[in-house]
Amino acid sequence: MSSALSWRSDGVPIDPATSPRQASIRNISPAVLNLQRLHEQNRQLLQKKDVASVPDLAAAQTKGTPRLLLMGQRRSGKSSISSVVFHKLPPSETLFLESTARVQKDSLNSFMDVQIWDFPGQIELFENPNITFDIDAIFGEIGALIWVIDAQDDYLESVARLNNTILHIQRSYPHINIEVFIHKVDGLSDDYKLDIQRDITIRIQDELSDQGIENAPVNFHLTSIYNHSIFEAFSKVIQKLIPRLGQLEAMLTNLCRTCRFEKAYLFDVNTKIYIATDSTPEDMASYEICSDYVDVVIDFTEVYGSWPRTQQWRDRLEQEPWQQPLEDQVACEWAESGMVLSDAQRPIMLREVDRFLALVAIMKEGSYDKMPQINMNVDVVVKGLTEFFDITKPKEAKALAASSTGPASGKGSTRGQLARS
Amino acid sequence: MSDFEAASTKATSGSTTDLAAAQAAAHAQLKKVKKQKVLLMGKSGSGKSSMRSIIFSNYLARDTRRLGATIDIDLSHVKFLGNLTLNLWDCGGQEAFMENYLSQQRAHVFSNVGVLIYVFDTESRDVERDLATYVNIISALVQYSREAKVFVLIHKMDLIQPSTREAVFDQRVTVVRRKTAEAVAIVRKQQPDQQPALQSSSHGQPTTPIPDIDLDMQLFATSIWDQSLYKAWASIIHDLVPNLGVIETQLASLGVAIDADEILLFERTSFLVVSKWTSREGERNPYGDRFERMSNILKSWKHTCSKFTGTPRNAEQFSDFEYKMGPTFSMFVTKFTTNTYILVCMPPGEARFNSAKLNVAAARPWFRFLDGPAVGASPSSQMLAGAGAGYSSESGGQAADA
Repeated sequence: MSSALSWRSDGVPIDPATSPRQASIRNISPAVLNLQRLHEQNRQLLQKKDVASVPDLAAAQTKGTPRLLLMGQRRSGKSSISSVVFHKLPPSETLFLESTARVQKDSLNSFMDVQIWDFPGQIELFENPNITFDIDAIFGEIGALIWVIDAQDDYLESVARLNNTILHIQRSYPHINIEVFIHKVDGLSDDYKLDIQRDITIRIQDELSDQGIENAPVNFHLTSIYNHSIFEAFSKVIQKLIPRLGQLEAMLTNLCRTCRFEKAYLFDVNTKIYIATDSTPEDMASYEICSDYVDVVIDFTEVYGSWPRTQQWRDRLEQEPWQQPLEDQVACEWAESGMVLSDAQRPIMLREVDRFLALVAIMKEGSYDKMPQINMNVDVVVKGLTEFFDITKPKEAKALAASSTGPASGKGSTRGQLARS
Repeated sequence: MSDFEAASTKATSGSTTDLAAAQAAAHAQLKKVKKQKVLLMGKSGSGKSSMRSIIFSNYLARDTRRLGATIDIDLSHVKFLGNLTLNLWDCGGQEAFMENYLSQQRAHVFSNVGVLIYVFDTESRDVERDLATYVNIISALVQYSREAKVFVLIHKMDLIQPSTREAVFDQRVTVVRRKTAEAVAIVRKQQPDQQPALQSSSHGQPTTPIPDIDLDMQLFATSIWDQSLYKAWASIIHDLVPNLGVIETQLASLGVAIDADEILLFERTSFLVVSKWTSREGERNPYGDRFERMSNILKSWKHTCSKFTGTPRNAEQFSDFEYKMGPTFSMFVTKFTTNTYILVCMPPGEARFNSAKLNVAAARPWFRFLDGPAVGASPSSQMLAGAGAGYSSESGGQAADA
């Protein structure tokens, strides 16, 4: 089996971005090879398009960071959203946020670098008599346009502006996903929420089809900063930007099947956005509990793990009867955690994958006894995930641009190594 | 307790009989259920019932919006650890009620008070008037229950810009302290007229000594939206818990025995910190607010669980939590006695972690008195057996490690 998990054993990992040709072909796994091919294809494609400027490989990496553009009417909650999601501001404190006067650029450095541009509501990008914006600089990168609509306000003007924006960018930049956040829906009744969503959807689609644009990539999300919905919506937005999401999901689905997990999520720890989950149906409740679990673990880490211990403390712990360096006394160098809920003895487990990501899963009743076995399985999957990101990370932008789905070589490879529990 | 230490050094059987006797005497003491009258007062709408609901009834901060105004006095008995019952008097704060407390019901309300919790609303516009009421309340309290402890909470701090919070709080503290002194002075001035005769006749004491009425007073800045509420209430509760000394010494012995860095003991429903022990290394922790933070974290976690499982909020939500942060630290939170949870933070290491878990389980019987008056008939023998088992399993763990 050409396993995604066994490249390391072949010898030194190869970084194809830096030395595509020198490396002996024999040592390259099919997946790596495939990625290289894609990347080469993509380069040629670009070259054909613009002969004058052959994109420099290194520059393409930094330039290729996906970009999230936050737009909408003023006071619709754009800055609040970005503060809550990306700066962990408590929702109640957003009351004190000043209104944004100029484009606020933020970058999120995580498993994938993302830029967040927060536009002031009063800026008119198109047909602005005073300033002309470099539209290409704004929309040129891959990414998503997040349009925030205040559901508790009169949204007709906002919808009209959104339509106008879509019409402008749809033709030139079809790779920009358009995500409409129908915001501030906390406190609205469920029926009313759905009514608003339906109304807005119809208004936008009618307008677009009148202009001859069918199947524009417009998605709608009901959000609020006072609950998990904003994180869930961002998760969906970000997931669309992840190269080879399918393979990540397949890995998690496999893990769930072998270990009888009810649901597994791969979280970006800093933002609590989940970047992948298994294939079982979406379930807000389990996302909430997993996300809060990540919070609990982060809080504990901050209080007890963020300050250095003294050397004496260490020396004492490495003495008799242990006689081992502390690093050897632990089973796993990354954080791992488990909790048993009293209700039906359902355990929840968390395992850190790398600096940014954590795997969180809800387990079936009474499976806490099998924890050691499950831990082994999780270890294997975590190894797989790490290597997945090793491969995709340096050239995800190119892989995305190629927008082709390579052969699913990684798919199913985890299955063979998992011990059935 | 001495016998626990004896057990931890594997006491010989000869000393156990003496210890059993001492133990029995100690337990007679422990059996007493303590009732404490706690007055919760403050202006109408200042947030008294909200904080009570959050601390004792597991409300979420945002759910308190649903609470209506308290009419007259809302009496509730909160069982806190097996042997302490709080008699919580949530006094409606509308002026009509306040006048009533100070006049007709004065003796009824202010006698035998253990603790007065007075809540100030930072948002209030009429500060002068609030303070005037406060002065009246304090004088009534000093008159009827001189021993009472006073906790003043400057509430709704979240509504003040973070940068100015400290300054606002300091300013309020000065004002409240001054007003308290005034109130006490008023009572002092009044009392020589009424009481000296009474006192001298009953105790034969000299007439001057309306002793320095030195109110035991603490002030806290609180908000229901963060952990500050837990800090205030943990200190309120801390002074009320009976047998605190016993708990603390036993916790310390346990901590030393299992090589922990920090142990916190939580009450089961409110998750207020009942007692804590910290090792020398643990004292270096820069987070001074970690105790209330832990309360806050665990309590909001409990909410998440109840939302997920659909079980009532006051029900027990989780039984075991463990967290190993690689070679930095390990910790676990587990159900301890019926009324408590224990949090142990300790150095990393698989073997150390597992033996500590076993030992904490084995130490359970030593804390059984926390569950109230119904202590088993022969607690001491059980305890020794339990502790013995614990220590042998620890050595087992070490052997396996080696």
